[in-house]
Amino acid sequence: MPQSRRIPRLLLALLGVAVFLAIWEAVPRLGLVRPVLLPPPSAIPDTFWREIRSGTWGEAVLHSLGHYLWGLALGSFLGVALGVVTGMSRRLEDLTSWVVRLLRPIPGLAWVPFAIIWFGVTPGAATFIIVVGVFWINYFAALGAVQAVDRDLLELADAFGHRSPLAKLVKIILPASISPIMAGLRTGLGQAWMAVVAAELFGVPGVGQRMMQASSLLATDIVVVYMITMAVLYGVIDTSFVALRDRLLRWKA
Amino acid sequence: MIRISDMTLAFAGDRGPTTVLKDFSLTIDKGEFVAVVGASGVGKSTLLRVIAGLVRAQSGTVDTDQPPTPGRRPYALVFQDARLLPWRRVVRNVEFGLEGLGLDAGAKRRRALDVLALVGLADKADRWPHQLSGGQRQRVAIARALAVDPDLLMMDEPFGALDAITRQTLQDELVDLWQRTGKTILFVTHDIDEAVYLADRVVLLAGSPAGVRSEDCIALPRPRLRDHAEARATAAAIRTRLSDYVEQGAGI
Repeated sequence: MPQSRRIPRLLLALLGVAVFLAIWEAVPRLGLVRPVLLPPPSAIPDTFWREIRSGTWGEAVLHSLGHYLWGLALGSFLGVALGVVTGMSRRLEDLTSWVVRLLRPIPGLAWVPFAIIWFGVTPGAATFIIVVGVFWINYFAALGAVQAVDRDLLELADAFGHRSPLAKLVKIILPASISPIMAGLRTGLGQAWMAVVAAELFGVPGVGQRMMQASSLLATDIVVVYMITMAVLYGVIDTSFVALRDRLLRWKA
Repeated sequence: MIRISDMTLAFAGDRGPTTVLKDFSLTIDKGEFVAVVGASGVGKSTLLRVIAGLVRAQSGTVDTDQPPTPGRRPYALVFQDARLLPWRRVVRNVEFGLEGLGLDAGAKRRRALDVLALVGLADKADRWPHQLSGGQRQRVAIARALAVDPDLLMMDEPFGALDAITRQTLQDELVDLWQRTGKTILFVTHDIDEAVYLADRVVLLAGSPAGVRSEDCIALPRPRLRDHAEARATAAAIRTRLSDYVEQGAGI
């Protein structure tokens, strides 16, 4: 039964995509909406090719990837590190609880004014926005993961002579909480892409800036090109991450 | 020889401190197999944790006459749940207690493989814990404890979570291991028949605060029969004493 269903399911999925593209193509062609408001998909490959040929696409993607990777790395590292340390110390958690409550609800975008004042319209500003966006996800994932570590395993470490906080961290706490921490990192991968576009909208070179330029020229086909670009980049990065995660967590049943 | 002297332990509670153990003393000869029985919650597990240094007693001492030796640990514990680390392969679980003892990787691996062979799991060294049966997991836990070559091997109801057939198999394997290694064992259980079947001496822990209420030497020859008249009589006598204490406790 599952064998015989597999092919129809794939076919159905492809059929869904085809219908989606067909409707998208039909709406501007039938004159229901002006093509400048909704460019038909058939116009996209040409535009894509032009963006690549002119070098604009490669440059924008490289810039954005730079912001993305730096922001992601820094934000994830800081979030996980502080989350783990806070999770290990009751006192530190109490000490920071109100600061966290104060800062946490401020969305990444609300930091744009400070980002510009501190860094100017530079890659540093964009990276900063992304760091803020990713930090909290990882902080709370790591904090929760560390606090949920089985007390029995910590007792086991004590019983076999691993009593220092560092030994417990390395031998029990980090491996025991790696799974939820990875889930937080993965959420951050997606969140960081949103932050990239937002961070570049105010003029730092990259995909977001290129989209803003295009939209002010009503070149909506170019906007679509970069929407697709980001979807594909995200897909590739997320798939690679899942492969890495499954390798690291191969001990799971 | 292990000597536990005048141990008193109290926990702070909402309604003031509760004394769990009071003036508990017990001497275990080298190579002896001692079982501690008692009702659940009486403090049997706590006793093991005090000896292992996981819980600090208000007073009392634990001495072994063995000088500290490099590459060994004085005490090792086997818990009721095997408590393996799921992210480590079997052999790395056995090496857990050997880490931090200054052994090189080769020496750790050799010791781990040796004790795995001793518990009959040499061929499972590269498995993940989730690939083992409950009985195999508990054997790995025993191997992990034996690996550190402890002066005292403590076991906290180690077979309580296993099915009856696996439990009997592991009981017999434990006796065999004990005879081959000459380890000193302190075995906690609420199963009086199990205690009488396994041990040289059965200590009854009862009362509140708990103390040693009786000691029975089990002089039966080994290998023992599972259904032996004398063992049955001893177990029945301990059971009667235990229920007296439980009733007294309920009456107060």
